[in-house]
Amino acid sequence: MPQTVANLIAAAQAGDRAAFDELVRLTYADTYTLAMRLTGNEEDARDVAQEAYLRAYRGLRRFRGDAQFSTWLYRITANCAATQLGRRARHRHDVLDDTVQLADPRTDHDPQLRADASDLRNRLADALDDLPPRLRSVVILRDVYDLSHEAIAAELGISESAAKVRLHRARHKLRTQLFPRRDEREIGTTRAG
Amino acid sequence: MQCEDLAQELPGFIDGSVRLGRHQRRHVDRCLRCQADVAHYRKIVRAMQVLRSEVIEPAPGLLADILLGLEGASVANRHAIRTLLSGRRVVYVGGLAAATAAGAVSAIVFTTRTRRAARLVS
Repeated sequence: MPQTVANLIAAAQAGDRAAFDELVRLTYADTYTLAMRLTGNEEDARDVAQEAYLRAYRGLRRFRGDAQFSTWLYRITANCAATQLGRRARHRHDVLDDTVQLADPRTDHDPQLRADASDLRNRLADALDDLPPRLRSVVILRDVYDLSHEAIAAELGISESAAKVRLHRARHKLRTQLFPRRDEREIGTTRAG
Repeated sequence: MQCEDLAQELPGFIDGSVRLGRHQRRHVDRCLRCQADVAHYRKIVRAMQVLRSEVIEPAPGLLADILLGLEGASVANRHAIRTLLSGRRVVYVGGLAAATAAGAVSAIVFTTRTRRAARLVS
């Protein structure tokens, strides 16, 4: 943890609001990025980021410094995003269904024809957007933000084994979409038809 | 051993969260299809790690909104503490008044009884 951040945390824990505001300035873009990746839309991401900082402010005295401040903030953001997604699902009656068709039947999106890293990055971003929120949250928190299974389970309100199962299913779906085997491509085309 | 038997295991095998048995390992070592899957999973996880360094630029106004929300929470917090303290003050003053009144009543009763006893003796 950089010394300045550590100092700011100590000052904020002692009640210095200006120090906490400075922590917000240093971290809000990262927090928003995570919120955006978890919720998939700008409006929800803004709400999640705001709520995350409110919770962080109220709970700052509980931060003991045994984890990085950014990791602590990621956990709070993940928890807020889970709450927001749950609320959205209840209000809009979204079906959090993970049986969506993943293989893209369009020939211009044929993964075999695309090999370079930047293209993989773009296709990965699209594939992540296509994942059901409950799978997307787990794979992003684990593979992008390197949170432990235990932390993910705690913040999403699920068991550790459920977190692992969701992670494996998410990776499987990403692989199926990004690098489909021939038989999987055929299944995708059949479903699309 | 079929590739399908391993389909659920390979996503966890790449980071060690799933351990393959001896037969399963032997299958992966010999099966080009499973090896391709493992390579693809590793490629995906590496690409995911690259996403960590990317920042999605927030729309203008988010920082101001966050700071404004914190200010509101701060004010609400101070107000709640003030209300709590003034409530405690009322209870404290009320307690003192009750104790004083009880003391006065006890003194009156004591004095009255003492005088009555003195009158009976004389």
